[in-house]
Amino acid sequence: MAVVQQTARPEARSSSSFWTIARRDSLAGFLFIAPQLIGITLFVLIPLCLVFWYSLHEWNVLANTFTYTGLANYQMLLEDTSLPSVLGATAIFSAGLVIFNLSLALLLAVLLNQKLAGITIFRTLFFSPVVVSLVAWTIVWGFLLQKNGGINGVLLLVGIEGPNWLREPVTAMISVIVVQVFKNVGLNMILFLAALQGVPNELYEAARIDGAPRFKQFRRITLPLISPTILLTSIITIVGSLQVFAQIAVLTQGGPGLTTTVLVYYLYQQAFQFHFFGYGSTLSIMLFVIVAVLTFAQWQMRKRIVFYES
Amino acid sequence: MKAELSPRRQVFLYGLLCVLLIPFVFPTWWMVTSSVKPISDIFAFPPQLVPESYDWTTYSKVFELQPFVKQYWNSAYIAALVTIGTMIVSSMAGYAFARIKFPFANAIFMVVLLGLLIPSEVTIVPLFQMFLKAGMVNTHWPLILVPIFGAPSVFATFVMRQFFIALPVELEEAARVDGLGRFKIFRKIALPLARPALASVAIFTFLHSWNLYLEPIVFLSSADKFTLPQALTQYTDAYGGPMWNIQLAAATLTALPVLIVFIIAQKQFVEGLAHTGLKG
Repeated sequence: MAVVQQTARPEARSSSSFWTIARRDSLAGFLFIAPQLIGITLFVLIPLCLVFWYSLHEWNVLANTFTYTGLANYQMLLEDTSLPSVLGATAIFSAGLVIFNLSLALLLAVLLNQKLAGITIFRTLFFSPVVVSLVAWTIVWGFLLQKNGGINGVLLLVGIEGPNWLREPVTAMISVIVVQVFKNVGLNMILFLAALQGVPNELYEAARIDGAPRFKQFRRITLPLISPTILLTSIITIVGSLQVFAQIAVLTQGGPGLTTTVLVYYLYQQAFQFHFFGYGSTLSIMLFVIVAVLTFAQWQMRKRIVFYES
Repeated sequence: MKAELSPRRQVFLYGLLCVLLIPFVFPTWWMVTSSVKPISDIFAFPPQLVPESYDWTTYSKVFELQPFVKQYWNSAYIAALVTIGTMIVSSMAGYAFARIKFPFANAIFMVVLLGLLIPSEVTIVPLFQMFLKAGMVNTHWPLILVPIFGAPSVFATFVMRQFFIALPVELEEAARVDGLGRFKIFRKIALPLARPALASVAIFTFLHSWNLYLEPIVFLSSADKFTLPQALTQYTDAYGGPMWNIQLAAATLTALPVLIVFIIAQKQFVEGLAHTGLKG
């Protein structure tokens, strides 16, 4: 970019009547955003159009045929007997993840916001899984959650025979949620901590003088004042939860049955394991619509739940 | 809530924090210690918090069974390129959206923000086809180009824009009066001031690239092209079952360096990210 910019400027000086400041600024602006804009066009906008186009076709990779079938893939979506389980798993996973993640993040942030010696050491340790490689983290948890693994070993010490966590429907779902929450809750914790530190201390002092109990202070002062952060983190966490793939692929491969087959994993299987690229594209469109609707809905909700905007 | 706590409350709080810490810290400890246990001890009961005997050959097997050095290099150089590339692309775009008046700026910004709404999983099928046509499947190009220029860099651009908007404009105006061009102002004045934002962009971009899993398994098919996350899952026996102690040794080698860098620079890490979050 530097090269382009430098060749553009001498020319700009020589014909200064045409190259007014406004025009030079326009040129500079376009040059500055050019890499991003070209990238978005090439890697987001065109693929988005293509994925819609693909979703209207039956695409047989082995026979190398690509035939227009209109809405047949969407018809298939409605008739796909696996899809209700997949959407159910996606909803349970996302809801479980968001609720567990946000409440744990808030709890940790409140605890870490206390005046206590060595509190930054705790902060560092709670945050540390965020920087541990995702697949490494997942492998260790997969190891811990084996039938004869570390967690059941500890349970057995106190006389409890633990389940085969990753091979039973309910515990498999709980496991993938929990593994993901411990991995990334540190991020939301830090965002909440920053928000808590932004709440003016005088408000608590005033409440204390009025004799308001701690819980009431939290409910009436803290929660409303950090509601913008709650909204932000819940949007990020929900959209993130819809993208979870590696944990499922490593821990359960979508099983047992379809109980942990979330939408992205199903999409991957259909497109890249069974080579149904047309139907895979239809599932992509569905994922896009779900993300867009959820984000929009939450954005609308901000008027209701956010009491204060900075 | 910043009142001094009574000693009894303090003890209670320390205890609570320590209990809550277990699922955050113990897995890393278990990964490192189990990676040097002989295979017979790996599922021993009662669980061995500290290995009773050591088998260091797991680490040499990590390198024998796969081109692990090559894979390490792949992950490292891809993450480095993506990080530097994203810093350049996002700081320039973010600066333009924050500071420069040009036609359709707002409309274009909205189009770019669309990238935030579209998870890369949505476009993975057409991207695969595009790179297949370009002859770039089973190369690292998709893992480098898409994050730098595509949807993943949009968040970085957004962070940079928010930062530049909050930056006082006076210095730049003075430089403009002195006849400095836009690029020089950006390069010499705005960019050096944007170090905190650049640092957080660098951190989350690096982590994102380092953790990428779906894209590598879609685009790459030969072992010497693999990145680390993909390589870790390949240590399996003849029946496809994981060779646990070797997987854990490879996982340790993958996780530990980043963890150490984090502990050394944790203040910048955590505060940089908090800063980003507040602005976002």
